[in-house]
Amino acid sequence: MNDHILLPEGSIEKQTTTLNLGPTHPATHGVFQNILELDGERIMKATSTVGYIHRAFEKIAERRTLFQITPLTDRLNYCSSPINNMGWHLTCEKLLGVTTPKRVDYLRVIIMELARIADHLICNSIVGVDSGAYSGFLYVMQFRELIYEIYEEVCGSRLTTNIGRIGGFERNFTNAAFEKLEKFLDDKTGYPAQLKEFENLFTRNRIFMERTIGCGPITGERAMNYGFTGPNLRAAGIDYDVRVHSPYSSYEDFEFTVPVGTTGDCYDRFLVRNEEMWQSLHIIRQAYQKVQEFKGADAEVFHADVPAYYLPEKKDVYTKMEALIYHFKIIMGETEMPAGEVYHSVEGANGELGYYLISDGGRTPYRLHFRRPCFIYYQAYPELIKGGMLSDAVITMSSLNLIAGELDA
Amino acid sequence: MLTNQVIQQKLTEKFGEVLTNWQEPYGMLTFTAPKELNLKVLQFLYDDSELNFTFLTDLQAVHYPDNKGAEFAVVYHLHNWKDNVRIRFKVYADIQNPDVFSATALYQSANFMERETYDFFGINFIGHPNLIRILNVEEMDYFPLRKEFPLEDQTRIDKDDEMFGR
Repeated sequence: MNDHILLPEGSIEKQTTTLNLGPTHPATHGVFQNILELDGERIMKATSTVGYIHRAFEKIAERRTLFQITPLTDRLNYCSSPINNMGWHLTCEKLLGVTTPKRVDYLRVIIMELARIADHLICNSIVGVDSGAYSGFLYVMQFRELIYEIYEEVCGSRLTTNIGRIGGFERNFTNAAFEKLEKFLDDKTGYPAQLKEFENLFTRNRIFMERTIGCGPITGERAMNYGFTGPNLRAAGIDYDVRVHSPYSSYEDFEFTVPVGTTGDCYDRFLVRNEEMWQSLHIIRQAYQKVQEFKGADAEVFHADVPAYYLPEKKDVYTKMEALIYHFKIIMGETEMPAGEVYHSVEGANGELGYYLISDGGRTPYRLHFRRPCFIYYQAYPELIKGGMLSDAVITMSSLNLIAGELDA
Repeated sequence: MLTNQVIQQKLTEKFGEVLTNWQEPYGMLTFTAPKELNLKVLQFLYDDSELNFTFLTDLQAVHYPDNKGAEFAVVYHLHNWKDNVRIRFKVYADIQNPDVFSATALYQSANFMERETYDFFGINFIGHPNLIRILNVEEMDYFPLRKEFPLEDQTRIDKDDEMFGR
């Protein structure tokens, strides 16, 4: 009778159910596949498959010049592209031995911290969405829009920003950019008020707490062994932050605290991210104040003097011989970079985002490797969700802030 | 205070002259170990009460096709969080026989990183629990990040592609 249905050997007698969560599933917010072995609704075993949007960036980078690689880094963690861009510029500057003026550093800090807020607010509000509370997401989303408008004012694009250059920014910040920043930072109508509202909705909300406390926990020791970095590690109680341990872009000039959790569960990750947003706001205010202290000619500084890598102004290209030569050499990718190997890392929104660049003295990197925090901590996912309910697996995934672009590079 | 000199001294005391090529590019201590010793070095760096390199930041490989007999460099980036020191160490493997011991027993995080390295370079990590391709398709029969696979020449004209208009 049922001859046409071909079931795999042993599937009738099996006590568990196999379920494919993903690759395209409305609850996973990205292309992730997990093959779950379920006993009722409890997860006995999970196997992750990654690589659905692998784009071979490391190979492509091997024949691109330094500035052509910046757009590739945009597409790693696309929720906070500016951090990736800045991390890449800083790596190049380390290789070339460029020191940037303080004003550039502070402007970069403003952009990077805005990007961190944009990333964390998405992650935290999506945790809300996955636990059944949609309104928080809509409340904070309008402020991501404001952040994107600031990016737009600075570099012209919004999501994949390609912001800045080796040595600084492509142009000085306009007044409109600072006005938008002030609008964003306003205590009454800006993001702080909205974040407060968002916290009021969630932090002590009993339903949310019962939903997330004890869900997907990890100990500090395990987290360290699994290579966790960033908010997920700090939620487990280890206060490692690249901004503090190896300061870059003048982070040592700022005062901020590094929030840590204790249990490393979804609730702690949520709280750590929320607190980091407050700290980021604090850093942005300090940086903005420092930027305003530059007067006269100092206030016009927006890049370091690296003629061989920083594209000259167009009007100089038409009138000056030297600028024309540099312009041509940069655009045609004919600048030889110094040989060397350099590892530089920045505190990305998800953790330590590292660039390992080997140059053999040619025009393109000999080898470039991205240390993507997502890729490394995703291996802990099967362990985190084991023994929990299927719906906990969904909320754990969103609270880890997995970004498919960063996972697959 | 744990300085690069102290680390170098401790390692030389323990392993003698087999560790070579000591360098400090951009301040990060770098050295080369024989590939048979990679786990011993990792374990020593992990266990020693003074060294404390308990965090594996990164693991990947580099292909040097002209370096006959030692084409692959497997590069480990380690981090000591207590004293905030980073080091990098390399082991070289032959392309004909690219066997390197797996660090998964020491670091869970090495699991995906070694799979990625295998996927792109074909380095065979001995002792890895699940050494299969990770980012590329399973049917792939070559290792794409090796240098013998150049990227497509952008100026080629023999390809008639209606979709992308070349």
